[in-house]
Amino acid sequence: MTDKDRPHLNYGIITNLIEENSTVLDLGCGDGELLLRLMREKNVKGRGVDIEERMIMLCISKGISVFQGNLDEGLKDYGSKSYDYVILNQTLQVTHKPILVLNEMLRVGKRAIISFPNFGHYKLILQLLFRGRMPVTKDLPYQWYNTPNIHLCTRNDFIELCRENNIKIIREIDIREGKIISGFLPNLRATEVIFILEKESV
Amino acid sequence: MGLNGRDNHNDNTLAATGNALPEEVPPGKGSEKGLESEKKTVKKYEETFPKEASVGLVVPQDFTFAYPPNELVLESGKKLGPINLRYETYGELNSDKSNAILILHAFSGDAHAAGYHSESDKTPGWWDHMIGPGKAFDTKRYFVICSNVIGGCQGSTGPSSINPDTGKPYGLSFPVVTIGDMVKAQFHLVRHLGISSLYSVAGGSMGGMQALEWSVRYPEMVRSAIILASTARLTAQGIAFDAVGRNAIMSDANWQGGDYYGKSIPARGLSIARMVGHITYLSDLSMGMKFGRRLQTRENYGFDFTNEFEVESYLQHQGDKFVERFDANSYLYITKAMDYFDLGEPYGSLANAFARARAKYLVVSFSTDWLYPPYQSKEMVFSMMKSGRDVSYIQLNSPYGHDSFLLEKSRQTKIIRAFLESIND
Repeated sequence: MTDKDRPHLNYGIITNLIEENSTVLDLGCGDGELLLRLMREKNVKGRGVDIEERMIMLCISKGISVFQGNLDEGLKDYGSKSYDYVILNQTLQVTHKPILVLNEMLRVGKRAIISFPNFGHYKLILQLLFRGRMPVTKDLPYQWYNTPNIHLCTRNDFIELCRENNIKIIREIDIREGKIISGFLPNLRATEVIFILEKESV
Repeated sequence: MGLNGRDNHNDNTLAATGNALPEEVPPGKGSEKGLESEKKTVKKYEETFPKEASVGLVVPQDFTFAYPPNELVLESGKKLGPINLRYETYGELNSDKSNAILILHAFSGDAHAAGYHSESDKTPGWWDHMIGPGKAFDTKRYFVICSNVIGGCQGSTGPSSINPDTGKPYGLSFPVVTIGDMVKAQFHLVRHLGISSLYSVAGGSMGGMQALEWSVRYPEMVRSAIILASTARLTAQGIAFDAVGRNAIMSDANWQGGDYYGKSIPARGLSIARMVGHITYLSDLSMGMKFGRRLQTRENYGFDFTNEFEVESYLQHQGDKFVERFDANSYLYITKAMDYFDLGEPYGSLANAFARARAKYLVVSFSTDWLYPPYQSKEMVFSMMKSGRDVSYIQLNSPYGHDSFLLEKSRQTKIIRAFLESIND
């Protein structure tokens, strides 16, 4: 995912979730803007991981410590509970092995913060229903044949996955076009969801 | 193993018309692919940094120390002294002596990293495109030092130097030196220059080994380290290629147990060693782009054993040229130093070694480098992270194999400049 495609709208929301002076590992950190904001506003000690050479160069040029690597290889060389937070922002849907990545995040981080586009949003459903076409929206701007998003899911799918894997949901934040919403039918109304997760080490 | 730069640099500049920089030069006639992007980045670079940006004329200097009875005690337990170090400096040391960067050269490199030795000098130092005003190692901001390693043959004490006890060249009576010994000698030079803290240490290949060694051996002196196309220890494959080179030299009848000074030199052996070495510095891709299967002069096969293929005569040329400027015994000593290098071994593990360090690291590997493969850099970086070191790691896509660190200019410039700026004083 390129930096242009990456919705920066949720950076403020994620920044608010993190305590001052925390240690943060940002997986799929892109151009490093979220980390930069966390470093400036919350004095976090952060580092990023991304697969793209161009993104790594952008991060280094901002003075951010980064590692060029593939999330699907897991985080085996990272110590257990070695970060306060591991963030996966708008990246879960492009990983090949989302469950591996999720479990690794929860091993390495005391908590995980994960955000993804909610495929259950009513506009997507209506596009499919009335046009009979794969949905294309502002948040999911790709055609079926060129999308990097190979593992899309709905809010409800994700909650079910957490239940099956004994992952504890500490907090859920439903977002519509960059703003937090509350109330009924989040699976239909949220364009994006953020979860704070925890898992006891086995 | 590494190369010096100068060979590659020369070849590329020779191949091109005018005063071309390496990245502007197509690696060969039949090489369309992958070059377009290079050309574009070069254009941008050229706009930012005009070609004339150079440190200009430089004068090599000498520092002699370790006079008996205060010889340098080497890792082998043997003593060496007096020791001369040939070095060059570029830029100005600031008043609190906090802006010094030590550049460490690769296997066959030397102290002449940037600038020119005379007005008529056509070839600048081996890393001139990276060191100079406005360049990656910006001499307007930093005081850059580069010295020739001990064991070498470019001005620093090595097997071809005169042994003061005998009045003759050391030859094989020169003690085996290690990467650690090279660094210990550099430490004396740095202190002699009045510097107690280095802003950065930087090098590619064997230069990267020295930079790693610096950061672990003198942790309180090294604020940052830039490790390009390097490793914490050579692979078996790397050692194997070094061994072939040494065998080629030692089986040359002229080698005479290393005692050939003033007589016929083991030119054939040294040339073959360099040919083998040179193959390991390139990649399948870059050789394919540069030579393909083209014949040098003929249209058809000659059904004989002359240097028919372009790649053959290229290697021959590399070998012959190397013999003119490099000492065969130095080849033995320096490859041995690389083979022995194992950063973690004296400390029990690599993680323990990095636990001593204080430096912030930048590690760069290159996609087609099979001599110092990216996976080794990655392992090293994980070890740094385990030990709590601040490190950034990037693998640059480049067709040039191990040579990439000498040829990739624009991206390395961007990364190194930004990394240096991120070091807190």
